[in-house]
Amino acid sequence: MTLSLSTPDFLIERNRDRCINCQVCVRQCANEAHIWDEEEQRVKSDDALCVDCQRCVTLCPTHALTIRKYPLEFRENANWSANAIKAIYKQAESGGILLTGMGNDQPYPIFWDHLLLNASQVTNPSIDPLREPMELKTFLGRKPEKLMVQDGKLVEEMPPQLELEVPIMFSAMSYGSISLNAIKSLAAAAEKTGIMYNTGEGGLHKDLYKYGKNTIVQVASGRFGVHPQYLEAGAAIEIKIGQGAKPGIGGHLPGEKVGLEVSQTRMIPEGTDAISPAPHHDIYSIEDLRQLIYSLKEATQYRKPVGVKIAAVHNIAAIASGIARAGADIIAIDGFRGGTGAAPLRTRDNVGLPIELALAAVDSRLREEGIRNQVSLVIGGSIRNSADIVKAIALGADAVYIGTAALISLGCHLCQKCNTGKCNWGIATQNPLLVKRLNPEIGAERAANLISAWEHEIKELLGGMGINAIESLRGNRLMLRGIGLSDRELSILGVMSAGE
Amino acid sequence: MLREGQVRIPSGCAISGIMNKRGEVFSGQDIIKSIALMHDRSNGLGGGFAAYGIYPDFPEHYAFHLYYEEQAAKEKTEQRLNSLFHVAESGKIPTRRVGSIHQAPLAWRYFVRPKPESLLEDESEDELVVRTVMHINSQIKGAFVVSSGKNMGAFKGVGFPEDMGEYFRLEEYKGNIWLAHGRFPTNTPGWWGGAHPFTLLDWSIVHNGEISSYGANKRYLEMFGYRLTMQTDTEAITYAFDLLVRKHNVPLDIAIATLAAPFWRDIERMDPERQKLFKTVRAVYGSLLLNGPFSIILGSNQGIVALNDRLKLRSLVAASQGDFLYVASEESAIREICPSPERVWAPRGGEPVIGLFEEGGNLV
Repeated sequence: MTLSLSTPDFLIERNRDRCINCQVCVRQCANEAHIWDEEEQRVKSDDALCVDCQRCVTLCPTHALTIRKYPLEFRENANWSANAIKAIYKQAESGGILLTGMGNDQPYPIFWDHLLLNASQVTNPSIDPLREPMELKTFLGRKPEKLMVQDGKLVEEMPPQLELEVPIMFSAMSYGSISLNAIKSLAAAAEKTGIMYNTGEGGLHKDLYKYGKNTIVQVASGRFGVHPQYLEAGAAIEIKIGQGAKPGIGGHLPGEKVGLEVSQTRMIPEGTDAISPAPHHDIYSIEDLRQLIYSLKEATQYRKPVGVKIAAVHNIAAIASGIARAGADIIAIDGFRGGTGAAPLRTRDNVGLPIELALAAVDSRLREEGIRNQVSLVIGGSIRNSADIVKAIALGADAVYIGTAALISLGCHLCQKCNTGKCNWGIATQNPLLVKRLNPEIGAERAANLISAWEHEIKELLGGMGINAIESLRGNRLMLRGIGLSDRELSILGVMSAGE
Repeated sequence: MLREGQVRIPSGCAISGIMNKRGEVFSGQDIIKSIALMHDRSNGLGGGFAAYGIYPDFPEHYAFHLYYEEQAAKEKTEQRLNSLFHVAESGKIPTRRVGSIHQAPLAWRYFVRPKPESLLEDESEDELVVRTVMHINSQIKGAFVVSSGKNMGAFKGVGFPEDMGEYFRLEEYKGNIWLAHGRFPTNTPGWWGGAHPFTLLDWSIVHNGEISSYGANKRYLEMFGYRLTMQTDTEAITYAFDLLVRKHNVPLDIAIATLAAPFWRDIERMDPERQKLFKTVRAVYGSLLLNGPFSIILGSNQGIVALNDRLKLRSLVAASQGDFLYVASEESAIREICPSPERVWAPRGGEPVIGLFEEGGNLV
């Protein structure tokens, strides 16, 4: 074996005055960065194994630990960053594709942070959500162009809808990519707060059927865990075409994560790799997609909305318009900052579009085509807080998906190592010892707290704008102003500049 | 400086409306007195009136009121009108000199009937008129259609409403519905077309408020072919009524429940049938919900509807006396012309005041 040129990414600093050698860090670190030295009778660390997940720092009873960026200073070079050099060392050793977890972490512009919200002053009153009703109820699904009412009664019923108390849903994360306890947390939180969670392509574990009315069941290219009861179990069905973190790429759950329960849920042999092909092999065109949409509608007697999830790519507006015309009731668009359990690094960091631009382009196009009512728009791909949600809805979204934020509420520290299966927080792992670190009841409470905290904040922001129902914000781009954006960006976003 | 239509101007206002339910006509004197009492609610940058039943000689003709800022606009407009319509009569709208009124455009009116050959396939006469109005307002520079309904007309401009009434000699007209508007725009609208009421066919709307849902309402209406050239709430509300009631044949009570929707907490208390109806209304027409403060009076050849936003963030008072129904921003504006009405009430938020003519009294 040749000498490895890889150096640590992080430095573990242990304050020896504080450390009591209790070995909590040793027991907590699945990466084995902390070691108990029997001979010296004290805890040691191996920096090279640390992923900076902050588990040991958080649990150390004496606050003896600090994790820092490793002070490795390559010779200054504006072109060759440390990351660029290290990636080459790794690939020279392995000959493989670089893998990573979570969303794009590169410093691309974040358009949410270039949009400012409006508030009422004098000419119309702001509304106090503590005194007046403030309504966030949201319906997702196809709406008829017009309503037929005769003798005070509806002539025709509305097509099936998802009814959300808050315009937020937990985005697709499969059983396999995350733990059962993580999914249970999200499912219970969704039930508690009147929203939806999404199975991803992991099938539906038998313990989760009871959350059916808060479940969106996904049908993806591997068709794992898809059967009639599964389709019937959820409130809606989502066909997954793509994911923001890895547009154009399929999925790969390595065999070591496919234990008995995952194997039963996905309906594949234990220990085998679960490979989702890049395309659906029955969808090579838009008319093929229409057939799958209607197959699923037929299979569920047109009682459930059928959505299609796509990654934001260059021609997103035309693609979304095609999906609406193909019969989808909901279009979910995932921006390039969306998270993932595992993705090729170069794909994650270089493919796709910011969700803000994709959303604005799609909403504008669907309106120009006069088909915006026919379909609901859900967006995801790094919604970080309630203000991002308010901005997304003002740009034209009906609701948002949150994935990364939801996992952070469960304890994720964004170390970007989901692919390794060694998640110390019990989220992105199938190791039973790690999984049990996440108590699903506490997880559900934390995730539900996040939703209700954001609900309160959305109401405050709406009230400030003099709006008391979320539908009056939807597509209301007059409530937004751009700051520090080019004319071109402003025109794509369809917003005026601050000061205008 | 940008003028109204190029920029969105927030405004406060006074509104007043009078109707005689038996359809008997009365002079414009009363409405001028009523709106004049609320002088301080406007600031001289906009005033106007809509009157119904004023053209008994041409009850079946569309009465086009036009403002021209230049001669060329008049020629182009007349060319358009002559090609699509039979013009029965046309002439200058009579005015008198009023000291405070300046820079008035040329005001002209035409009584027209569509030529059958002008209609596109499946197009009704109303739709031809709407198409013509949209064309003139967006394509002919210096021309503006003030109103286009049958047996009705709008008179408006930059000035206090009482001065505008004097300018247009409204005391000489007799109508069965009169609506008035005095405006307090935050900045100058720059032209007479920007004043209110706003009209389309025989719809006219006077409105007080600043709706915060305007951006959502506008983008929704645009999907149905409306061009919102004025950037005003009144324009959006007029088109919303037009879309719901005329194009989608939605009953009036449902149209009202769309614009000032009941709260979810109230819907939850309804019986299952109504619950389903209102849930569907809100899900389907959510983008037409008017949010933020407003009080409006909607006029048509069938009657009037007055409506507050669902929180009642703007004042609106109603009164009745004999065959007369009064609605105004302030009670004093009613008592000024009807000192002791039989009934005076403040309608609740979202609860309409509906006044229909006793004959042919269906607003739809």
